[in-house]
Amino acid sequence: MPGLLQILLDALSLGSLYALGALGIALIFGVMRLVNFAHGDVIAFCIFALLWPSVDVVPIVFAGQLPWFLLIPFVLAVGAGLSVLAELAVFRRFRHANPATMMIASFALGFVIRYFLLMLFSSRPKSVQILPGLSQPVELLGARIPLLQVVTILVTIAVLLALVAVLRRTRFGLEMRAAAENFTMARMLGVRANRVIMGAFAMSGALAGAIALILGSQTGTADIMMGSSIMLMAFIATVIGGLGSLFGAVLAGFLLGGVSVAMQFALPLEARPFRDAFVYGAVILVLLWRPQGLLSGRAAKERV
Amino acid sequence: MSLLSLSNVTVRYGRLTAVRGVSFTMAEGEVLFVTGPNGAGKSSLLRAVAGVVAPAGGRIDLADHDITGRSPETIARLGLSMVPEGREVFGSLSVEENLLVGTGMHAGTRGWRARCETDLAAVYATFPILKDRRRSQAGLLSGGQQQMLVIGRALMTNPRLMAIDEPSLGLAPNIIDQVYDRLTELRRHRALALLIVEQSSTRAMMVGGRMMLMRGGEILLDGDARALGQSEAMQSAYFGYGEH
Ligand SMILES: Nc1ncnc2c1ncn2[C@@H]1O[C@H](COP(=O)(O)OP(=O)(O)OP(=O)(O)O)[C@@H](O)[C@H]1O
Ligand SMILES: [Mg+2]
Repeated sequence: MPGLLQILLDALSLGSLYALGALGIALIFGVMRLVNFAHGDVIAFCIFALLWPSVDVVPIVFAGQLPWFLLIPFVLAVGAGLSVLAELAVFRRFRHANPATMMIASFALGFVIRYFLLMLFSSRPKSVQILPGLSQPVELLGARIPLLQVVTILVTIAVLLALVAVLRRTRFGLEMRAAAENFTMARMLGVRANRVIMGAFAMSGALAGAIALILGSQTGTADIMMGSSIMLMAFIATVIGGLGSLFGAVLAGFLLGGVSVAMQFALPLEARPFRDAFVYGAVILVLLWRPQGLLSGRAAKERV
Repeated sequence: MSLLSLSNVTVRYGRLTAVRGVSFTMAEGEVLFVTGPNGAGKSSLLRAVAGVVAPAGGRIDLADHDITGRSPETIARLGLSMVPEGREVFGSLSVEENLLVGTGMHAGTRGWRARCETDLAAVYATFPILKDRRRSQAGLLSGGQQQMLVIGRALMTNPRLMAIDEPSLGLAPNIIDQVYDRLTELRRHRALALLIVEQSSTRAMMVGGRMMLMRGGEILLDGDARALGQSEAMQSAYFGYGEH
């Protein structure tokens, strides 16, 4: 049995991924009541942006060779850029459509991105080495801990703090919080709808980029489906957290990570392959108990 | 030159027509009350002016700009500040943050920050209770305090025209008095035109100014508030006597 510290770190680093993903979904849901199912495919796109198009297993690395201080902004910018493009090309046209229509549009967009990647890279996962320095273990309190886990957790905390600072301290953050609560009223006070929504998409896309970096360095592969499982858990986290509540999304993300890892150790050996079924079972129980989510957001307000 | 002018404005929700070809103009600095019973179309009229619903027909001009079908933020930036029905404070934001939301439209202009500060001080001077509660969550204020907050919030945009939908709704009479005292005071100190919707004509008669009576989506009467308020015509138009 691995040490308690290791379990804790596993839980926190998995929770970090879910929390970052949930945040990316909640940010957009907050301002336009859209559950963006293309988010997972934006994550995948960010990793493939590091490679030249090819169907080989060992691909030609393109931007992946950049030093870390260029690589990280590059991937974040790719995510933000693609996300903003999605808003301009697709979601803006559906802004007055009902939420179900927008959701279907996001599914469709996800497929477009996925098949675009499939066309350029084929479905075989590729091996990529990003930030190889992170795969070494470090000694911490007498245990050998993967450096990447520590970095993942620290990065997530840094991202969360930065987000809180933007939301609390900047004019854009003020406008965004006002818009998330009551978009029409914010517009009647001169807040530009397009600007706020584009900002939310950019932030969400950058978060997708961060997830891509973490996943890519964790697994050493670029896989077209890599965003999907995160996306599913992240979506569940936003629902459990209370759609529209950013804090709830983060909390639920960490909670899901914790429950997943706890079950990995607590379940009897024969049941472990079905861990996710148990996690989803727990999710159903939570939603039966609190259908509006743990921290119900002020969600049901009118959209733009 | 008129500040606001509507010609033949119609508002529809699906097959229901809420406003039927309404025309009127408002001058700079004028006070205009729109009164009428439930469902008269008063709120719909304001929503059309503010750009929240696009008129199905007609034309609206604000300060020499055609604003028909323009977005709420564009219209706000041209000088209209709207206080909608139900007040709509941002409940999770602090009182001061609520006041600051609308100042972004002047951001980047010269002396903007300093102006924000003086405007904020002016609003706090008008509504001292807001200053005391400036760090509280706006959702926790009482109804009367929220009404003062949304009026203050509307003032922070430095509007030329302020449109207020039923400021007295759900407030105790002495609080309504306070709200109107502040509004009349504000009018005296700024060149601010007021377009106020109320169900009854009592307030209009106390404050004075111009009054229109709306019913069934149309404007039936238009004239001096005090004179109209006492007239027979007002009573029968309000309740629709003599139409059946
Ligand atoms: N969003 C909407 N969708 C459909 N119909 C609406 C909508 N808003 C208002 N209506 C209808 O339009 C008509 C006018 O409503 P409006 O709210 O403008 O009246 P009002 O004069 O403001 O009434 P009140 O004094 O009760 O506030 C009513 O018949 C109402 O049912
Ligand atoms: Mg009304």
